[in-house]
Amino acid sequence: MKEQDQERRKIISVKNLSKIYDMGAVKVHALRGIDMDIYHGEFTAIMGHSGSGKSTLLNIFGCLDVPTGGKYYLDGDDVSHMDKNQLARMRNRKIGFVFQTYNLLPRTSALENVELPLLYNPEIGRKERKERAMNTLESVGLTDWSEHFPSQLSGGQQQRVAIARALVNDPVIMLADEPTGNLDTRTSFEVMEIFQELNRKGITIALVTHEADISKFATRNILFRDGRISKELMIENVKNAREELDKLPPEDEDL
Amino acid sequence: MKLQNLFVIALRSLNKNKIRSLLTMLGIIIGVASVIAMLAIGQGSRDSIENQISGLGSNVIMVFPGATFRGGVATAAGSAQSLEMADLEAIRANCRSVKYISPVARSGGQIIAGSNNWNSSVRGVYNEYFDIRNIEVESGSRFSETDERRASKVCVIGQTVAENLFDEYTDPVGEKIRINKIPFTVIGLLKEKGQGGMGEDQDDIIYAPFSTVQRRMRGARQNIQQIYISAVSEEKIKLASEEIDNLLRTRKNISKYEDAPFRIRTQTEIVEMFTSTSNTMIVLLAGIASISLIVGGIGIMNIMLVSVTERTREIGLRMAVGARGKDILRQFLLEAILLSLLGGFIGAVMGIFSSKLFVAIMGWPVTVSSFSVIMAFSFAFVVGVFFGWYPASKAARLIPMDALRYE
Repeated sequence: MKEQDQERRKIISVKNLSKIYDMGAVKVHALRGIDMDIYHGEFTAIMGHSGSGKSTLLNIFGCLDVPTGGKYYLDGDDVSHMDKNQLARMRNRKIGFVFQTYNLLPRTSALENVELPLLYNPEIGRKERKERAMNTLESVGLTDWSEHFPSQLSGGQQQRVAIARALVNDPVIMLADEPTGNLDTRTSFEVMEIFQELNRKGITIALVTHEADISKFATRNILFRDGRISKELMIENVKNAREELDKLPPEDEDL
Repeated sequence: MKLQNLFVIALRSLNKNKIRSLLTMLGIIIGVASVIAMLAIGQGSRDSIENQISGLGSNVIMVFPGATFRGGVATAAGSAQSLEMADLEAIRANCRSVKYISPVARSGGQIIAGSNNWNSSVRGVYNEYFDIRNIEVESGSRFSETDERRASKVCVIGQTVAENLFDEYTDPVGEKIRINKIPFTVIGLLKEKGQGGMGEDQDDIIYAPFSTVQRRMRGARQNIQQIYISAVSEEKIKLASEEIDNLLRTRKNISKYEDAPFRIRTQTEIVEMFTSTSNTMIVLLAGIASISLIVGGIGIMNIMLVSVTERTREIGLRMAVGARGKDILRQFLLEAILLSLLGGFIGAVMGIFSSKLFVAIMGWPVTVSSFSVIMAFSFAFVVGVFFGWYPASKAARLIPMDALRYE
């Protein structure tokens, strides 16, 4: 019964959401009346060409931006009318963000990068902060790299640190903006493998991508065009990133 | 946000950018160090001047004859023959606030002892002069009133004179010396007094009874070149000087509104004159040093502003993971304050150190007051807050999304 409740729990619910950028002379309609729900445990890929409004939607989901019209409920809370400080709190407690360019702090160890969100949460003490950061790093397989700086890590490792940072505050949803955009195919698949693994553990994920083969690792695809949802489909046979990895030609190690 | 976390964030951020932090601090370090060193030098010179003036004696009042006009032509101050022995006796008899009084007759010349000779100045004074000026005798004795009455050819010599006339094995007391060919017996050796307020050697001096110098060396003149007076107490200096002024004006038939043919100077006036000069100097030095402190503050602002631009993405990221505008504000402000406090501390140490260096190398009198350290330090703090505020608020106003996208 409890599990069923979780199953039907709406993490994100938007109603008639619109976003208009006022550029002075012209008004850009980035989103034109979006209705959609994301349930707990879903792995949603939002696809579309650049300018289709997919990134705007993700920013609104991530409480980095506010909608011009419509309603947005995050985990049951109405976000549409929150002030800046309340939005910051939502980002800190409910959202985990992964960026295309990782956005790790330079000259800062992986562990300290992962700790960052917890520093802005006054309820978490020093000891808990260190423990959680270390555990999260372990969950992305970077225990041995905790003291390394981003510059000493590969792109894939850096993105895994970023994923750990997004997870450390135990968010209700993880949002990823083109997380594989800067990575080669193999590393992309590796990152997707982590996402799938996290999703299997029950973490709700929404990611924005324009790569069709990346979207096939998600359980649900939403296609955007000109600020509207043009197509939505549930993926029946979700590709397994692990298996896809094995299919790739072996790396030329001695090149 | 928890204060502890704020400190963790700010300290980590400063630690990641050691060179930048150091450069930012440099202005404050130099500013604080120079404020402290400048104040120490100013304070030191004032203290040493005050010390030297207090070495003048206790509650000293000096009376000089003024300048005279002969047919409209002014003669040099002190050349008037307006002070006489009778004036001195009248002051002694009538002015109740006067404790000691002594005339001064100045002379000087070649002094010979055995095969050595030296040129020095000779002062003819009363026995009381030693009390007025706190001059102490190291060995032997002062001359007596009998010596004064008889115009005895005895003298008390300073250390410099003794060193130049006698070798270190000879006790000058009891020795014969000749001053301008007049034979004198040395009856006392003065304690070392060191350098005077004008840099003169206070030990290069010979004291003899007033009557001896006046009659035997200055040709039996009646006028007095200078009168030294000691008031009964520090509070009575002003009263005593007024009493003397009134008495002398009455004796010489000069109203209060006319120029008197004599001048009265008190120790208090001299101290005030010098301290006002050195206060001006301190204000000047501190002013110049404060400018460098302000320039240092502007340096902090400059670098913080650049670093806000440079760290735009970092600020965006911090906001994306839950930092509020005020968290960013506090972080940047705290960074500025920590930098200026640390800079202030290093500057204070360097300021104190360089003050000591001045003492060691230049032999300058230097006084580091805790006031100047506290002042420079708190000024550095204020500078940090003041100049840190603008960049910090600029950082806090960034919109997270734009900051994240900033290239």
